Amino acid sequence: SHIVLMLADDMACNPRNPKPATVFSHKNMELNVYGDDVEVDYRSYEVTVENFLRVLTGRIPPSTPRSKRLLSDDRSNILIYMTGHGGNGFLKFQDSEEITNVELADAFEQMWQKRRYNELLFIIDTCQGASMYERFYSPNIMALASSQVGEDSLSHQPDLGIGVHLMDRYTFYVLEFLEEIHPASQTNMNDLFQVCPKSLCVSTPGHRTDLFQRDPQNVLITDFFGSVRKVEITTETISLDRDVAGFESKLPKDELATEPLKYAEQLPVAQIIHQKPKQKDWHPPGGFILGLWALIIMVFFKTYGIKHMKHIF
Amino acid sequence: QLAVPVAVVFAPGSVPGDLPRPLPFRDVQEMEISVNLRTTVTSRYETVYRSTTAQEEAALEAATAGEADAALHLLQDASLGSLTLYVVPENSSLLPQGISVYVGKHRSALVRAEGNLAALRIRLQQLTQVMSFTASSITAALSDRVPDGQLGPDARRHLKSSLGTDVLNPDPKSHAVEWDIEDAVNRYVQPVLDKLSLVANFSVDSQILYYAVLGVTPRFDKESSSFLLSAHSLPHVINPVEARLGSSAASLYPVLNFLLYVPERSHSPLYIQDKDGASVNTNAFHSPRWGGIMVYNVEAPASPQASLPLHVDVDMVRVMEVFLAQLRLLFGLSREELPPEFLLESPGNEGLADWELDRLLWAHTVENIATVSTTLTSLAQLLDKIGNIVIKDDVASEVYRAVASAQKAMAELAAGHLHSAFQASKDAVTSSERAFFDPSLLHLLYFPDDQKFAIYIPLFLPMAVPILLSLAKIVREARQRKKEPTKMD
Repeated sequence: SHIVLMLADDMACNPRNPKPATVFSHKNMELNVYGDDVEVDYRSYEVTVENFLRVLTGRIPPSTPRSKRLLSDDRSNILIYMTGHGGNGFLKFQDSEEITNVELADAFEQMWQKRRYNELLFIIDTCQGASMYERFYSPNIMALASSQVGEDSLSHQPDLGIGVHLMDRYTFYVLEFLEEIHPASQTNMNDLFQVCPKSLCVSTPGHRTDLFQRDPQNVLITDFFGSVRKVEITTETISLDRDVAGFESKLPKDELATEPLKYAEQLPVAQIIHQKPKQKDWHPPGGFILGLWALIIMVFFKTYGIKHMKHIF
Repeated sequence: QLAVPVAVVFAPGSVPGDLPRPLPFRDVQEMEISVNLRTTVTSRYETVYRSTTAQEEAALEAATAGEADAALHLLQDASLGSLTLYVVPENSSLLPQGISVYVGKHRSALVRAEGNLAALRIRLQQLTQVMSFTASSITAALSDRVPDGQLGPDARRHLKSSLGTDVLNPDPKSHAVEWDIEDAVNRYVQPVLDKLSLVANFSVDSQILYYAVLGVTPRFDKESSSFLLSAHSLPHVINPVEARLGSSAASLYPVLNFLLYVPERSHSPLYIQDKDGASVNTNAFHSPRWGGIMVYNVEAPASPQASLPLHVDVDMVRVMEVFLAQLRLLFGLSREELPPEFLLESPGNEGLADWELDRLLWAHTVENIATVSTTLTSLAQLLDKIGNIVIKDDVASEVYRAVASAQKAMAELAAGHLHSAFQASKDAVTSSERAFFDPSLLHLLYFPDDQKFAIYIPLFLPMAVPILLSLAKIVREARQRKKEPTKMD
């Protein structure tokens, strides 16, 4: 419902997966984390740094459907969980892009300026994850990371049937911890900070609470997980006059005959296949490279004499 | 600066003896509300004191206060934000015993004369604050700019909303629920929405959901032989239900959900308990910024042999009374604590009195202007930080429009024209939001210096080495050639 999930989504239905449409957390196949209620909002090539920042800051094109937007206001608590490969100050997106900790901190500051969150919990599970929360400067942010700067986060156990590691250690133990939480639980954030000590995780998990106004001891896990809302009992009613005549519906009756509807022409497949890919990055124009090489060759031959030409050609 | 035009009208026999000047005269009172160190709001009450006209006197001859109020409303030309207070003689029979102030449905009130002017003034000031705004309501409206951790009221403040009304029927085998929602919306909901149409635009949807259960199992209470939902299990009801409501498909605008839950036959009757264990007479609860849920119990059939499913005709009036009360609360229109000698006229089918609408408008206008200034300031800060963002022409024109509208709103507020001030503030907010959230303003241009070096050095350094050496050689040769001709000569 209020979850925006960005996933490369190439694993559950990968031809190598012996149990298609499932992703298990452990090779004992007890917990299917890719179950019925998983809705992927941004999948495969839509997972880009640009889309992620657009979702966070709200600068989305107007045609975006509601499920792809972050509809938060100044009373929403937001949980952001990121995982993948990363390094000192960046996280990798899809083998081609990176998001830096400065960009992330700026995005959070813009969210704060527009009061798009009340409190924000940021969990990151990558190598050197603590570097990602070093640059935050907006209030009301709490951050957890799976490893400190200079340490690698390790994965949990391989499943020899598939041939890959199923889950990262930090994520596995956090998942185990969260499976025990039910909506009425009173567990607080300090317990979450203790999850996955160095003996289990091999890396040292870190956390940052200096920007957060409340004491982590008093912050319930269910403030961020489980969507537990504040409710009030309704004690007032208004009194309505039962015999009020209703308004006639103010819309005029539609008496024009409408023409029968038919499906629009679908886009011809041949056109799609032969469409050129959109130019995404700016590359230097070919003339520049040519000019550069012409310059190099000219200088070379001016220096060393024209007689070397026949050795080249 | 907020200006409120107030007219105080004295009926014959109610004029206090110690007036400073003969009627009619004008008076201005100013009050400073300090919101934080840098922001203060000044409220000016521009009061006109006069005596009644013949028509107003005739209206005040009515039997009850309600009729007098209705008759006076026809005589006034009360614009949004203005107030008219009628002072009636102390021994007047219009106001019931023990009541000294009667607040009507529109923008007027009847006050019993106090004897001297000072006491009357205090009473009048109390009354104007109730009917327009108080220091606390203004501070709460500006609470976003006061970042000290205090939480303001949880009222919804969007300009366009969807109302979703749903019936949850978890047991269609036993109950066949029918509700005439279209008629009920036309009769009872639409007048309220029309009244609120200045503040926000609404669209209403409805649906019936089958096999939708609450996420919580109610307890069976032997004493009352009914099922009870305790107050602390209520917060866990909403999330499982919300996923099935399909509100994301309904509309792009924020949705307020009103749910009517018909309990299963095996769980009937179902009552909600509050924190003290007492049962709630409305059998309903609401969640700020989300909506409300009401439990509608169906009476067990008289004969156990009755054929299932039972036909259930929902009593729409009872349901709408609760839903509209919840709608009022969700909009922040709660009844403040009033001294016992105040009598408030119930707003009837319209849902809210004119002066309650005015209160909403004062708070919203102030808040809108504050939001505009925060938004534009943060946009300017963004541009300072990231030098190479390109501002398109339409974004720039939205910014200019937002600034012009905000200035107009402040001018209208100082002049006391609430309606045009609110419209201008609404325009300002819309323009500033459109400028801030324009998709073209994304900044993906942060390149740390070490990454720039790391990318470009391996590319250009090997190429540059022979070029630089060759250029050096050329320069040396040219210098040698220049020297040689002079030598030859």
